Amino acid sequence: MNWNELPWTELTIALPLVGAGFAATARDWEGAWKRSLGFVLLTLACSVMPLLAFEADGGQGRWDPFASMGLGAPLFAVDGLSAPLLPLVALLHALTVLATPRTKGTRTSFVVLMAGEAIQLATFACAEPLPLMALLALGMVPPAFELAVRRRGVRVYALHAGLFVALMATAIVGQVTGAGWTVVVLMLAVLVRSGTVPAHLWVGDLFEKAFGTAMLFMAPLCGTYAAVRLLVPAAPDWVLQGIGLASLVTALYSAGMAAVQRDARRLLSYLFLSHASLVLVGMELHTAMSLTGALCLWASVVLSLGGMGLTLRAMEARFGRLTLRDYHGLYGQSPALAVCFAMTGLASVGFPGTLGFVAAELLVDGAVMAAPLIGVALILTAAVNGIAILRAYLLLFTGVKREFSVPLQITWRERFAVLTLAGLILGGGLIPQPGVRDRHAAAVTLQKARAEALGREEPRQTVLLGGDEVKAEE
Amino acid sequence: MPEPSSFLTPLGSVVVLAPAALVLLLGVTSLFDRKLSERWTAWATYLATCLALLAAAGVFVLMLVTGTRHVVVSFGDWVHFGGSASHFHFSVKFVFDRLSVPFVALSLVLCGTIGAFADRYLHREEGYNRFFVLYSLFTFGMVVTSLAGTIETLFAGWELVGLSSALLVAYYHERPAPVKNGLRVWVVYRISDAALLLAAVVMHHLAGEGDFDRVLGERPWPDGSVAMAWLQILLVGGLLLIAAAGKSALVPFSGWLPRAMEGPTPSSAVFYGALSVHLGAYLLLRVSPMLDASVVLSAAVVVLGLSTAALAALCGRAQTDVKSVLSYASLTQVGLIVAEIGLGLRYVALVHLLGHACLRTLQFLRAPSVLRDRRSIENALGGRPEQPPQLPVSGAWRAWLYRFALERGYLDAILDRFLVRPFVLTFRWFDALERRATDALAGQSAPAPVPDQSKPEEVEQAA
Repeated sequence: MNWNELPWTELTIALPLVGAGFAATARDWEGAWKRSLGFVLLTLACSVMPLLAFEADGGQGRWDPFASMGLGAPLFAVDGLSAPLLPLVALLHALTVLATPRTKGTRTSFVVLMAGEAIQLATFACAEPLPLMALLALGMVPPAFELAVRRRGVRVYALHAGLFVALMATAIVGQVTGAGWTVVVLMLAVLVRSGTVPAHLWVGDLFEKAFGTAMLFMAPLCGTYAAVRLLVPAAPDWVLQGIGLASLVTALYSAGMAAVQRDARRLLSYLFLSHASLVLVGMELHTAMSLTGALCLWASVVLSLGGMGLTLRAMEARFGRLTLRDYHGLYGQSPALAVCFAMTGLASVGFPGTLGFVAAELLVDGAVMAAPLIGVALILTAAVNGIAILRAYLLLFTGVKREFSVPLQITWRERFAVLTLAGLILGGGLIPQPGVRDRHAAAVTLQKARAEALGREEPRQTVLLGGDEVKAEE
Repeated sequence: MPEPSSFLTPLGSVVVLAPAALVLLLGVTSLFDRKLSERWTAWATYLATCLALLAAAGVFVLMLVTGTRHVVVSFGDWVHFGGSASHFHFSVKFVFDRLSVPFVALSLVLCGTIGAFADRYLHREEGYNRFFVLYSLFTFGMVVTSLAGTIETLFAGWELVGLSSALLVAYYHERPAPVKNGLRVWVVYRISDAALLLAAVVMHHLAGEGDFDRVLGERPWPDGSVAMAWLQILLVGGLLLIAAAGKSALVPFSGWLPRAMEGPTPSSAVFYGALSVHLGAYLLLRVSPMLDASVVLSAAVVVLGLSTAALAALCGRAQTDVKSVLSYASLTQVGLIVAEIGLGLRYVALVHLLGHACLRTLQFLRAPSVLRDRRSIENALGGRPEQPPQLPVSGAWRAWLYRFALERGYLDAILDRFLVRPFVLTFRWFDALERRATDALAGQSAPAPVPDQSKPEEVEQAA
C-alpha cells in the first residue's frame, strides 16, 4: 500500500476526538495540556498528508483513498479548496494549545478545543451537502458547552446558534424533499453563521465571554466554507448578490466599529467579521480574480487574525483583560509580542511583504472589474481596518512608561508560536506564487462547476451594485 | 571584454538588494531577540547604504557612457496566473531614468548621512535598535518607490515608507503626545494609500497594465504619452493627486507635518524634511505625461501647490519652535515644487526638489544647535541680525491672521469636526446600541464596564 492510499483525512479527524477523550481523563491541567499538545501536533502532521496526497494525485478533482473500492460517494474527500485548509486549521489549534498559559484554559477547555477541532476538520473535509449541513450544525455545540461550563451567559450565543441549527435542519429537510426554498434557507443560515449584520451580536458576545474558544471558532471561517460548498455551486445569481451585498455592508460596518472599540476582545471580533465578510464578497463576485483573491485572503485571515488572537491571549495572561480607553505602555515588557501583534495585524490588511498583500490586490482588482463602487468599498474597508489595528497597537503597547516588579517576557512556547506564524506570513508574502497558483486552480474549478450546474457554456460573474456583466475569464 | 551595458542589470539589482538585505538582517535578528550591537548595526547600515549608492553611481556613469536614458531591471513576474484571454501578473520591475536615478541617489545620500548622525545621536538610547529597524525599512521603501517601474511596486514601497514614518513619529512611545501624532500621521497615510491603490487598480483595468512603460509611453521620462481617454486620465490623475497630497502634506492634509516633528531629529530631518515629504511630488513627476494630457489636472496641481505654499508660508511665521518653523518652510517649498510640476517645469521641479532636500536636511540636523548657531551669528555680526519684513497688515486683520497661522489654517479642526468626530460619534452610537441589544437578548441589565486589570484602582473600585 502506498502512503497516499492511507486514510489520512479520516485519521486527521479521528485524532483530536481521541485526544479529547484522553484529555478528559487527565488528573490536572498539566496532564491535560501535555496530552492535548501531543494529539494536536499529531493531528497537524496528519493534516498535511491529504494535501500532499492530493498534489501527488495530480492536484485535480478530489482525493479519496477509498475511491477505487466502489464504496460510493465518500463522506470525506479533499479537493483543491479544502486540502490546504485542513493543515491551516490544525496549525492554529496546535499553536493555541502550545501557547496556552496556565492562567488560561482548564481541562474542559482542552476537551472542548479538540472536539471543536475534530468537527471543524470534518466540516472542511466534507463536500457532500447533507453531511456538511449536519456537521455545520454540530459545530455550534462546543462554544455553547464552553460558555455553559464557565457560567458566562450562554443565551445570546444560544439564540443565534439555535436559529442557525433550525435553519440548517430546515434546509436538510428541503434538500431531501427537493424544495425550491432550500436555497433561501441556506442563504439565511450562511448569513447567521458568518455573523452578517444584523445577525452578528453573538460574535462580539462570544469573544467577550470565551475569547480563546471564539478565536478558534471564527478563524477558520466555516460560514464562508458553507457558502462555497452549499450556495456557490448552484444557487441563483440573486442569492449570491444578496450575500455579496450583505457581506459588503458588514465588512464596512465592522471596520468602522473596530476603529472605535474600547475593548481589545471586541476589536478582534469586529476585525474577524470584517475580514470574513471581505472573503465572502470575493466569493460571491465570482470572477476568477476575485475568487482567487478571496481564497488567498482566507488563508491570510486564518493565520494573521489567528496570530493576533494568540498574541492578545498571551497579553491577557500577563496583564488581564485589556481595554482600549487609555495607554498601557506594555512594549517594554514584551517587545516580541508587540512586534507580533503589529505584524499579524498589518498582514491581515494586506501590508506589502505579507501573505495578505497579493490577496488584497487580487480581491480589489476583481472587485473593480465587477463594479468600481465595490472596489472603493473594499479599499476603504482595508484602510479603516489598518487604522483600527495601529490604534490598538499604540494604545496597548505605547503611551506611558510602565514598570513591573516581575519579568513578563515572552516564553519559549509563545515565541515558537509567534515565530511560526511570522514565518508563514512573511514567507507566503515574499514567495506567493505557489499558493496563488493553487488558489487560482481551485477558483477556476469552482467557476466551472457552477457553470456546469447552471447549464451555462461559460462561467459568468455576479453583477453587484450596478456593475456591468462581462464574460468571466477562462 | 564584456560590454559596459552588461553591468547595468547587476548594478541595478544591487541598488535594490542592498537595502533589502539590511531590512532582513536587522528585522530577523530583532525578531529572534538577537539584536546586533550598536557597532554592528552602524556598520551594516553604512555598508548597505554605501553599496547601494556606489551601485547607483555606477548605473548613472554607465548610462552616460552608453548613452542610455532608460534602463529596466526586471525581477520577473512575482505573481502570475491565467490563460491567454485574461490573466493577472504582478511584475517587479525597476526603472533607472533621469528621474529615478537622481532621486534614489539623493535618498541614499541623505539616508546614509542620517544613519551616521543617528548612530551618535541615539547612542545608548533604549530604542536604538528599533530606530534602525524602522530606518532600514524606510530606506528600502524609498529605494523601491524611487525606482518602481510599475504602479504596484510603487505602492509597495509607498506603504513601507508610510508605516516606518508613522512608527518613527511615535518613536518616543513612552509619552502620549508622540503616539497620538503618530496615529494621526498614519490615518492620513492610510487615506493616501487607499487613493494610490485605487489609482493602481483603475489604471490596471483601463490601460490593461500597471507598467509605467506601457501606460505612460515608451519614451524615457519626461517625454511620454498616455493612451487613455481624457475622463480616464482625470480619474486616475485625480486619485494620484489625492495620494500625493496625503504623502506630501498638501492642503487639506497639511496638519500632519508639524505633528511629525515629535520624532527624533534624524527621522524628522530625513523623512519629513527631505525625503518622505517629497514623495508626493515625485509621484506627480513620475506620472507627468498624464498632467500634460489634461489641462484640468494640471490646473488642479498648480492650485493645490500654490495654496499649500501660501498657507505654509503664513503658518511658519507664527510657530514657536524651530522644528515646526522648518517643517512649514519645507512645506512652502514642496508647494512651490508641486506648482512647478503643474506648470510643466519638470527639470526645474526636480532640481528644486534635490536642492531643497539637501538644504532642509542640513537645517534639521542643525536644529538642536540652533540657539548656539544664532549666538555665533550675533557674535560675528556684533549684534542681532535684521528682523524679516512683516506683512503689511494691521489691526483686526493682523490678529486674525496670527490666530489663523497659529491654528495652522484650522485644517485639523475642520477635518476633526466634519470627518473624524461624526465618524467616531456614529460608530460609538452603534456600539452603544449593540450593547443594549445584546443585554436585552441576554436578559440582563447593562453590566458595569470591564475594569482595566492593569490599573489596580479600577479593579478595586469594581470589586
